[in-house]
Amino acid sequence: MTTLVALALLLGVVLYGVFGGADFGTGLWDLTAGGAARGRGPRELIDHAIGPVWEANHTWLIFCLVVLWSGFPTAFAAIMTTQYIPLGIAAFGIVLRGSAFAFRKVSMRTAEQQVNGLVFAASSVLTPFCFGAVVGGIAAGRVPSAGHGDQVTSWLNPTSVLGGVLAVLTCGYLAAAFLSAEAERRHDVELEAWTQRRAIGAAIAAGVVAVVGLFVLDHDAHRLYVHLWRNGWPCLVVSVLAGIGALVLIVRRRPLLVRPLGVLAVAAVLAGWAVAQYPYLLGTHLTLAQGAAPAATMDALAVIAGLAAVLVGPSLVYLFVLADRGRLSGETPPS
Amino acid sequence: MLLAAAPDPSQLLPAREQMAFTLGFHIIIVPFGVAFTAITMIANYRGIKHGDADALLLAQRWSKVAAVLFAVGAVSGTVLSFEMGLLWPGLMQRFGAAYGIPFAVEGIFFFLEAIFVAIYIYGWTRLSPWTHFWTGLPVVLSGIGGTLSVVAANSWMNSPGGITMRGGRVVDVDVWRVFFNKAFWYESLHMLLAAYVVAGFGVAGVYAFGMLRGRRDRYHRIGLLVPLTVGAVAIPLQIFMGDVIARAVYHDEPAKFAAIEALPHTGTHVPENLGGVLSNGHVRFAIPLPDGASLLSGFSPSTRILGLDAIPKAVRPPDHLVNVVHLAFDVMVGTGFLLLGLALWFALGWWKHRAERPSAWFLRATAISGVVSVISLETGWVVTEVGRQPWTVVGLLLTRNAVQTSGNIWPFFAGAVVIYAGVTVGAVLALRALRRRWAAGEDVATPYGPDDENEPASVP
Ligand code: HDD
Ligand code: HEM
Ligand code: HEM
Repeated sequence: MTTLVALALLLGVVLYGVFGGADFGTGLWDLTAGGAARGRGPRELIDHAIGPVWEANHTWLIFCLVVLWSGFPTAFAAIMTTQYIPLGIAAFGIVLRGSAFAFRKVSMRTAEQQVNGLVFAASSVLTPFCFGAVVGGIAAGRVPSAGHGDQVTSWLNPTSVLGGVLAVLTCGYLAAAFLSAEAERRHDVELEAWTQRRAIGAAIAAGVVAVVGLFVLDHDAHRLYVHLWRNGWPCLVVSVLAGIGALVLIVRRRPLLVRPLGVLAVAAVLAGWAVAQYPYLLGTHLTLAQGAAPAATMDALAVIAGLAAVLVGPSLVYLFVLADRGRLSGETPPS
Repeated sequence: MLLAAAPDPSQLLPAREQMAFTLGFHIIIVPFGVAFTAITMIANYRGIKHGDADALLLAQRWSKVAAVLFAVGAVSGTVLSFEMGLLWPGLMQRFGAAYGIPFAVEGIFFFLEAIFVAIYIYGWTRLSPWTHFWTGLPVVLSGIGGTLSVVAANSWMNSPGGITMRGGRVVDVDVWRVFFNKAFWYESLHMLLAAYVVAGFGVAGVYAFGMLRGRRDRYHRIGLLVPLTVGAVAIPLQIFMGDVIARAVYHDEPAKFAAIEALPHTGTHVPENLGGVLSNGHVRFAIPLPDGASLLSGFSPSTRILGLDAIPKAVRPPDHLVNVVHLAFDVMVGTGFLLLGLALWFALGWWKHRAERPSAWFLRATAISGVVSVISLETGWVVTEVGRQPWTVVGLLLTRNAVQTSGNIWPFFAGAVVIYAGVTVGAVLALRALRRRWAAGEDVATPYGPDDENEPASVP
C-alpha cells in the first residue's frame, strides 16, 4: 500500500509539474511581453488560455501536500522545518500570483492592470524557482529525517539552483507549447510564431542546463547521479527523445502532438528523479517504508486517491475539453 | 502564569498570531465559496425558468464577483495548507496520519469545486442555458462536502478519537472515527449554516446599500430579495443549532464550557453572565441572569457546571484567554440575535406589505447585516480555537509542543500582514472596477492595453 500511495504522490507531483508548470510559465512570457501596447496580444492570449483552468491546475499542489502530510508525516515535518524559507516564499508567491491574475482580469485602468500584471508575472517566476530549489535540496539529501537541517544551504546549493533554474525554464517551455496550440486554434499566425519562438528558445535553454546539470549532480548529489544512470536512464532517454520530437514538430508547425510530447519530456524527468531516489524518501536515511503512516492511513489514502481518480479525472477532462473547444469564453450574453 | 514549568517557546506567539490572522482572513472569503453559488443558482433558475431578465443578469454578474472571491479564497487556503507544516510541524509529525485524512478528503471536494466553478463562471454564452445551470450544482455540493471535511479536521482537534497511541506515536488509525468524531456533526453543520448566513446577508447588504442611494429598480429589489431570503431562512436554524452545540460542549468539553461561561468555581444554580470580565477568580461588570447557565445546559437550576477550578492547574487557561472566549461567545450570540431580529422584521413586515417600498431603516439594517454576520462568524471561531487552549489536540498535544522550532516566524508574519493587506486592497479595487463597468452598462471583458484602446468592444 505504501508503494501505491507513493506512486499517487509521484503522480500528483508530475501532474502539478506539468499543469501547474505550464500555468506558472505563462507568467514568464507575460513578464517579458513588452509594454502595454506591444504586449497586448500575448497577454490576452495568456489570459484566455489559463483563465478557466488555473485554479484546477493548482489544486494538484494541495493534493501533494495532503498526501505527503497524511502518508509520510515525518518527511513532511522534516521538510517544513528545514526548507521553511523557500516554502514560505512560495506560499506567498501563490497568493500574490492568483489574486493579481484575477484582479487584472477585471480592472479597467492600464495602471492597475500593469501593477497586477507585474505582480502576477514576477511571482510566477519566483514560485517555481522556490519549488525547484526545494526539490533539489531533497534530491541532494540535504533534509535530515529529524528535520531542522541547515536553513540556507538546504535550498541554496548547486543542486537546488539547478532545480530552480530548470523548473523556471521547463515551465516556460510548457507554457509556450500550450499557448502555441491555443494560438493555432484561433488561427492567429502572428501569435503562433511568437509562442513558437519562445518554446524553441526555452527548450534549448532547458536542454543546455540539463546537460550542465549532470556535472553539477555528479559533484553535489553523487548518489542521485549514479542511480540516475543506473536505474533512471530509460526516463532520461524518453525525456530527451520526447523533447527533441516536440521541437521538431514545432519547427514543422504540426501542433497536434506538441503538447503530449512536451508533457512527456517533463514528466519523464520527474519520474527519473523518483526512480533514482527510490527507495529513499529523504537522503539515504528515511525509506518510504520507514516514513509511512500506519497501514490504516495508507489504505484510506489509497481509497481517497482512487476516488479522486474516478471523480476528479473525468471532471478535469470535461473542463479541458470545454476549454479547448472555446466553450469557456468568459463572456456573458449582451443584456 | 500558564504552565509555570517552562517559558513558552519564542515562536509560539508569532505562530499563533499568524495562524489566527490568516485563518481569520480565509474564513471571510469561505462563505462566498460555499454559499454564493447556491444563491446565484436561485437567481439563474428564476432567470431561465420564468424568463426574468433582471434575475439572469444578477446571476451573471454574481458569478463574476465569485470569480474574484474564489481566487482569493483558493490562494489564501493554499497558504493555510503550507502553514500546517510551516507553523505547526509538531502537530503534523505526530498526528498527520490521523488529522491529515479529513484534509485529503477535502482535497477531492476542492478539486471538484475549482473545476466546476470555472465551467460555471466561464460557460455563460457557449453552453446551453440548462446545461450551464446544472454545472453549478457540483459547486454547491462540493462546497458542502469541503466544509464538512475541513471542519472534520478541526473538530478532531477538539475531540480527538479513532487513534491508538504507543510510546507517543500514532500506531493505528480508525479512519471512520477520526472523521466522524464526536464534535463533527455539530461543528460542521454550524459552519455550513454560518456560510449561508454570511453570504446571504452579505450580498443582500450590497443591494440594500444601493437602494438607500436611490437605485430602487426591480433589478436591485431582486438582488436584495433572493440573498436576504436565504439568510433569513438560515439564521433561525443556526441559532437552534448553536443552542444544541452549547449543550454538547457542556458535556464533552467542560474546560471550554467553563471558559465560555467565565466560571471560576464549580457549582449549581450558575447564572448566565452577560458580558463582564474574570479577574482573580471573580467576574466583574457582568449582567447576571439568575440560574441561566444551569437552566440552559441541563434544563434545571440545579444542574452542576464544572468551573475553571476543575481544570488541573498546569493546563488551566489564564484569565485573559478566558475573557477572550467569554466575550467572543457573547458577541456571537448577541450578533446572532440581531440577525434573527432582522429576519423577523423581513418576514413580518416587508414581505407582505411593503415589497415595493422598503423603509429606509430596514434598508440600513440590512446594509450592515453582512458585517454583523461576519462578526458572528469570526467570534464563533475565536470561541472554538482560543477556547481549546492550551491544547492544540485536546488532552494529547499542547500548542507549545506543536509549534515550529526552527528559524524565525516574525518576518513571515509581517510578510503575511503586508501581502494580505495588498490583496484586500486589490480585491476592493477589482470589485469596484466591476461595479463601474456595470454602471456603464458594459458586461464584456476589457482586453489589456493602453487606456485609449479600452473602449468597450461591441458584442456580436
Ligand atoms: C453566522 C455565524 C454564527 C451565529 C449567528 C452563531 N454562531 Fe456559533 N459559531 C459560529 C458561527 C455562528 C462559527 C462558524 O464561527 C463556529 C466556530 C466553530 C464552529 O463549528 O462554528 C461557532 C461556534 C460555536 C460554539 C463553539 C463550538 C465548539 O467549540 O465546539 C458554540 C457553543 C456556539 N457557536 C454557540 C452559538 C449560539 C448559542 C448561538 C446563538 C445565537 C450561535 N452560536 C450563533
Ligand atoms: C472552517 C474552516 C474552513 C472552511 C469552511 C473552508 C472552506 C473553503 C472553501 C469553500 C474553499 C474554496 C475556495 C473559496 O472559498 O474561495 C477553500 C479553499 C481552500 N481552503 Fe479552506 N476552509 C476552511 C479552513 C481551511 C483550513 C484550516 C485549511 C488548511 C489547512 C484550508 C485549506 C484550503 C485550501 C488549500 C483551499 C484551496 C483549494 C483550491 O485549490 O481550490 N481551509 N476553503
Ligand atoms: C477547519 C478549520 C480550522 C483548522 C483545522 C484550524 C487549525 C488550527 C491550528 C492547528 C491552530 C494552531 C494550534 C493552536 O493554537 O491550537 C489554530 C489556532 C487558531 N485558529 Fe484555527 N483552525 C481552523 C479554523 C479557524 C478559523 C476559521 C479561525 C477564525 C478566526 C481560527 C482561528 C484561530 C485562532 C485565533 C488560533 C490561535 C489560538 C491561540 O493560540 O490562542 N481557526 N487553528
